[in-house]
Amino acid sequence: MTTAPSRSGSAGPKPAPPPGRTATPRSDSPAAARGEATVPGPRVDNEPMTGAQSLVRSLEEIGCEVVFGLPGGTILPAYDPLLDSEKVRHILVRHEQGAGHAATGYAQATGRVGVCMATSGPGATNLVTPIADAHMDSVPLVAITGQQSRPLIGTDAFQEADITGITLPVTKHNMLVTEATEIPRAIAEAFHLASTGRPGPVLVDIPKDVLQEATTFSWPPELALPGYRPTTRPHGKQIREAARLIQQSTRPVLYVGGGVLKAEASQELLELAELTGAPVVTTLMARGAFPDSHELHLGMPGMHGTVAAVASMQRADLLVALGSRFDDRVTGKLDSFAPAAKIVHADIDPAEISKNRRADVPIVGDAKEVVVELIEAIRAEREQHGAPDLTAWWSQMSELRTTFPLGYSWPDDGALSPEYVIERIGAIAGPDAIYAAGVGQHQMWAAQFVRYEKPRTWLNSGGLGTMGYAVPAAMGAKVGAPDTVVWCIDGDGCFQMTNQELATCAIEGIPIKVAVINNGNLGMVRQWQNLFYGERYSNTNLNTHKLRIPDFPMLAEAMGCVGLRVESKEDVDRVIRQAMEIDDRPVVIDFVVGADAQVWPMVAAGTGNDEIMAARHIRPLFDSDELAASVDDVSDVTTEALRPEGDRS
Amino acid sequence: MTERHTLSVLVEDKPGVLARVSGLFSRRGFNISSLAVGPTEHPDVSRMTIVVEVDELPMEQVTKQLNKLVHVIKIVELEPDASVQRELLLVKVRADSTVRSQVLETVQMFRAKVVDVSPEAVTVEATGTTDKLNALLRMLEPYGVREMVKSGMVAVGRGPRSITAAAVR
Repeated sequence: MTTAPSRSGSAGPKPAPPPGRTATPRSDSPAAARGEATVPGPRVDNEPMTGAQSLVRSLEEIGCEVVFGLPGGTILPAYDPLLDSEKVRHILVRHEQGAGHAATGYAQATGRVGVCMATSGPGATNLVTPIADAHMDSVPLVAITGQQSRPLIGTDAFQEADITGITLPVTKHNMLVTEATEIPRAIAEAFHLASTGRPGPVLVDIPKDVLQEATTFSWPPELALPGYRPTTRPHGKQIREAARLIQQSTRPVLYVGGGVLKAEASQELLELAELTGAPVVTTLMARGAFPDSHELHLGMPGMHGTVAAVASMQRADLLVALGSRFDDRVTGKLDSFAPAAKIVHADIDPAEISKNRRADVPIVGDAKEVVVELIEAIRAEREQHGAPDLTAWWSQMSELRTTFPLGYSWPDDGALSPEYVIERIGAIAGPDAIYAAGVGQHQMWAAQFVRYEKPRTWLNSGGLGTMGYAVPAAMGAKVGAPDTVVWCIDGDGCFQMTNQELATCAIEGIPIKVAVINNGNLGMVRQWQNLFYGERYSNTNLNTHKLRIPDFPMLAEAMGCVGLRVESKEDVDRVIRQAMEIDDRPVVIDFVVGADAQVWPMVAAGTGNDEIMAARHIRPLFDSDELAASVDDVSDVTTEALRPEGDRS
Repeated sequence: MTERHTLSVLVEDKPGVLARVSGLFSRRGFNISSLAVGPTEHPDVSRMTIVVEVDELPMEQVTKQLNKLVHVIKIVELEPDASVQRELLLVKVRADSTVRSQVLETVQMFRAKVVDVSPEAVTVEATGTTDKLNALLRMLEPYGVREMVKSGMVAVGRGPRSITAAAVR
């Protein structure tokens, strides 16, 4: 391996500060996110030890407090010194995928770098899904994998997999460490890369003989990343131009994405929103970045967003995109998205800007710094020109908001409403709890019907859409925030992918609460089959209703958890409260809910946002003359529309 | 409109860096027309010259995505009229005694040179822009091209300025 020379003193970046050794759980990442460089840990010179000891020591010095992992042949040397570490806790998972999502949940709940560890070959390939997941959702993750010994690499040796090759497209960066002396620098670089700029996963692959080799440990290492210089400070001219557009706009919308959470900029966002008076929409990745209770908040945009949030973007004359990436699930058909809007796009990743939608004012920078400078620039505009009149804009938005609130109807067959269950969990657990969801209908309902008031309280797999994310992510979140109530809102399909981590939770003392929203089906797929495939339900029935296989409460009990079941409305609150009382074990509640509930509103895939359906057969933006007059009318119509075709009179 | 763009990419000379760059092109759906990699005056830095045919907007994406690769140090687009661009061609042409003099005449016209001779064929070496080499090949084709190999394009900006000087210290 060619080694870049040490850059003369000042030029090279220094390691990130220890991600959260001293600070309070949720606020210690911004410095790292902005790429500020201080060297953690006391100075150590040439202390003799093995590569494995050097690895564990590096993790200790960088401030890693927990590793989720599972040992195997090639990573074995690292597990020996790990046994003696007093600073790094290792949590033994049941499947490496669980380790990866747990590290992600930990990172999303705390803002610190999540760490997972696995052996070579299948151990490493089992990490691919969570790594890809973290890549799509920009989660600071460091994955450490064992690799076959150097002489065996390339020979198809037992449990050999080219994991750096495999993860090339789904990591921010990865590296194969070929000399034991390189270990401290590799770990420091991995943490620095994972946590600064646009966060993301970094994989460090270490051959077994490198771990076994005698070496010396020195700290802090000098980072050699001449090609890595994330821009965090926005350009002043662009900020002033953005402020000028905001000043001129009469129909602005603040389009808030996950970058605002990553930059810890919620407080600043609140200030910006109140200063401008502009409507705010928060994407799936940004739920909790702005309080749901705030009057300026129109909710979530996108495929299953609120009518008001979707409409606001379609009718806006200015979108101020903050740490969001114009994902297809938000824009719908791109060429009919926000047709009249100018675009101010602020993101820390320049490649996101103008990737999908051409930005009129591109701003590269950390969301917090951008928002702070925007506030200042807008204040200057306001002093000169006063505030623009948004009254007409708000009367349009208010009408849509009151006419088409989020809602649901109870199943006709007397079954339990999944939306109601999720709404009650949110109401009882409250805004201080952390909610982790899987992927599918329950995820959308959890995004819609839990009221998020605080950052880092909503964890989900937004970009990759990884079923099975929730249980291990909730586990990781609970490890990072042990004093916080953590609810995992899962589906019966998702739950069957990764529930074995409940054994980990039970044994390691991680009392999460799991609500299985059990509709007996792969619900979102079934919804699409209902809407777009002529109600032909091909392979979506999981039979967790009819055959009750598996019996979720029994499965939970078998893994050392409390297993409960709710089948009627009367029991919902009582059992949720019962679960809230249990803090010595994980709890699983099997909520047996109706199979036919659907997620509304909906912008069907491949259509434009103007085609949004508030409920089946109701297209609020299609012909505004036919807007229903009152909320009551709409809910009547909604109920009628949600009834199956045959029943309609 | 689709245009040819010539990118000079300075990268750290690390294992796998070529795979990182080429993989990025394929997974983002961009086609590489030509690629050449070699050392620079700095021992730790390699230089890739990549020719891509894309529209202006995707071109912006290409450079932005390339810039995100940690091992990529700097990217410069070299405009054709502000840079010297060269490819190397080696071509084995059928040339027995009856046509050899005509082949040699063509070779001389293009300021190419013969680097190997046998009774049946000559091997011609030529450098130049893509257009010049294509023209030479067109002239040689009637005699019978037995084998042909061409390098990717390498390019350097005109004038005294260096793109490596500012990027690598």
